[in-house]
Amino acid sequence: MTTLDSSKEIQKNNSEVNETHEDFRMFGLITFLIADGMTFAGFFAAYLTYKAVNPLPDGAIYELELPIPTLNTILLLVSSATFHKAGKALLKDKNSESQKWLFLTAFLGIIFLICQLFEYFHLPFGLTDNLFASTFYALTGFHGLHVTLGTLMILIIAWQSRIKGGRLTSQNIFPLEAVELYWHFVDGIWVILFIILYLL
Amino acid sequence: MTISIDPQKTDNESLQPKGWLRYFSFSLDHKVIGIQYLVCGFLFYLIGGTLASAIRIELASPMSDFMPRDVYNQVLTLHGTIMIFLWIVPVVNGAFGNYLIPFYVGARDMAFPRLNAVAFWLIPPSGLMLVASYFVEGAAQAGWTAYPPLSITTPQSGQIIWILSVLLLGGSSIFGGINFIATIIKLRRPGLKLMQLPMYCWAMLGTSLLVVLSTPVLAGTLILLSFDIIANTGFFNPVLGGNVVVYQHLFWFYSHPAVYIMVLPAFGLVSEILPVHARKPLFGYTTMVFSIMGIVVLGLVVWAHHMFTSGTPPWMRLFFTIATAFIAVPTGIKFFNWVATLWGGKISINSAMLFSCGFIINFVFGGITGVALAQVPFDIHVHDTYFVVAHFHYIVYGGTVFIIFSSIYHWFPKVIGKMLNEKLGILHFIITFIGFNLCFAPQHWLGLNGMPRRVAEYDPQFQFVNQISSLGALLMAISTIPFLINVFLSVRNGKDAGDNPWNALTPEWLTSSPPPVENWEGEAPLVAEPYGYGKEISERK
Repeated sequence: MTTLDSSKEIQKNNSEVNETHEDFRMFGLITFLIADGMTFAGFFAAYLTYKAVNPLPDGAIYELELPIPTLNTILLLVSSATFHKAGKALLKDKNSESQKWLFLTAFLGIIFLICQLFEYFHLPFGLTDNLFASTFYALTGFHGLHVTLGTLMILIIAWQSRIKGGRLTSQNIFPLEAVELYWHFVDGIWVILFIILYLL
Repeated sequence: MTISIDPQKTDNESLQPKGWLRYFSFSLDHKVIGIQYLVCGFLFYLIGGTLASAIRIELASPMSDFMPRDVYNQVLTLHGTIMIFLWIVPVVNGAFGNYLIPFYVGARDMAFPRLNAVAFWLIPPSGLMLVASYFVEGAAQAGWTAYPPLSITTPQSGQIIWILSVLLLGGSSIFGGINFIATIIKLRRPGLKLMQLPMYCWAMLGTSLLVVLSTPVLAGTLILLSFDIIANTGFFNPVLGGNVVVYQHLFWFYSHPAVYIMVLPAFGLVSEILPVHARKPLFGYTTMVFSIMGIVVLGLVVWAHHMFTSGTPPWMRLFFTIATAFIAVPTGIKFFNWVATLWGGKISINSAMLFSCGFIINFVFGGITGVALAQVPFDIHVHDTYFVVAHFHYIVYGGTVFIIFSSIYHWFPKVIGKMLNEKLGILHFIITFIGFNLCFAPQHWLGLNGMPRRVAEYDPQFQFVNQISSLGALLMAISTIPFLINVFLSVRNGKDAGDNPWNALTPEWLTSSPPPVENWEGEAPLVAEPYGYGKEISERK
């Protein structure tokens, strides 16, 4: 009898092993971000090649003012830190504190987008003026699209981390971690973009 | 962190439609998705094949009398795009990958089943959109490469629909690639080492790396191209200060690896089929793995060999010629490994084996012309001639499509549970092999004598050879008939296959045919030696 029971026990254990597996959603997300990063890499390569081999016509305006993009860089870097704070707070089961940090992050993202639009409206060149202008709008626009999506996702997880009936808890923190990684990625892309588009 | 499977989810699974209806549903079962990919791809293959026949009918005479010139351009663009993005890539990656990879890693499904279903369901709408563009205001006319300024100056609506469609298909391809990487690396059965995986897993891992690294660049490029077309920007328009060569660099950064995305999985599949039907272990497993990875790395740094006539500087020509010649080394290793696998084996002459051997013959021919094309002086001579057309059809049709058919003959008994008719299969092979070589071998001669590709009219001195080629195309079209009859007859009343008709050792044959919903009744078997043929069972690890 005992042997029979133990074999049953083993079977039960085996089926439990089959029912669970390692969480590899983060792995999938990182793979996706590598792919997304390659899109940006293509844009950056195109921009740098244009800069090297396609001289702009005489009188083309391509001087950029630095204050707004510098402010934007600081905004995004701070928002990465506030997002990190939100994750830390949620791990300690402090949902309302986490929610506050998330709303602050989303707020910083929105300010970034407003600053970006403000810059667009005050630039002396339009999308089709010259090659530099087109590349400038394509790069910052594609990045702005990422920031917009990120801000929407932050608002969604902020809503989900509410205390009553929210699905984000210290046990189920993956959605927050995923959006956080995405946000850091968008942030990192901005730093590269800022360096090659504004400073170089 | 671990995830436990929610019992509620399993209830939802049982609500999914059963029988043939599930092939039209948002099914999460990797086997259903694999079949969806294959059937959908085959329908597009028939459309693309019809277009190819139209091209060959037009080229049977030197004047453009069968269709107007702009329709000819649309037909060749649609033919190329459909065959690449809707037949070869989805079938050789999506169909066989989804069906086989979970078995090979000992899993019950892919890593992200929902993403998998999304990836498939992006394909039919974008494919239909592409075909429908012909009836709106005419399809794209710039070829599958969509080089500007041609793609900017031809009618806009067709080109924009083409771009949208390719963007969606690229997205589908990336989602699939992410899924394969996660499945192969993370979802392996405990105890199964990487170097014990069947070769197709390695091929799919390499392919998926290429998909994830290079497809997004194509997406970005096409977004810029659509800006040029719609918003009148000048990224690739020299009139507005842009640079067409930048488009070519970005395009070929994807589209050269795309050649390996189309052919590496075929390398993997043939490495599964040959050992089974020759009853011998796969020769040189480790060298096979390293050559696949070598092809992946080299495949990313050879793209400019498509652009030797685009004003590339000498250092670039030198670098890309040498890098391209280097790719012949890992490819040659794989070729010799397949021959060595067959050497002294107990070879059964059946349809799967014949198509695989046809692949080896055609592929070595296409490979040799590939090395020739990598040499700058020769390439400049034959650039944009029928020599190039012949070369890539030897790789993509003679290589990959032969392997797709070989794989269908090999795995049909597992998927359906019935055997295919061997006589019809061998007839299918003979007509395809003769038709294919009759169609494309003469095109080498045409190209060397200077017949340009992508033009509806040609010098009358080429007419006779073009007619031979068209005759071959006719045979290729006819060869589909015995195949389709075979499939319909065998599904209805084929011989019962049993679980393992080929006595194969890879894991998918250790379950029933067709396999149950979660692949295995009990625990997944541990197959440490997928190619342990010719050994006593007790000797196998």
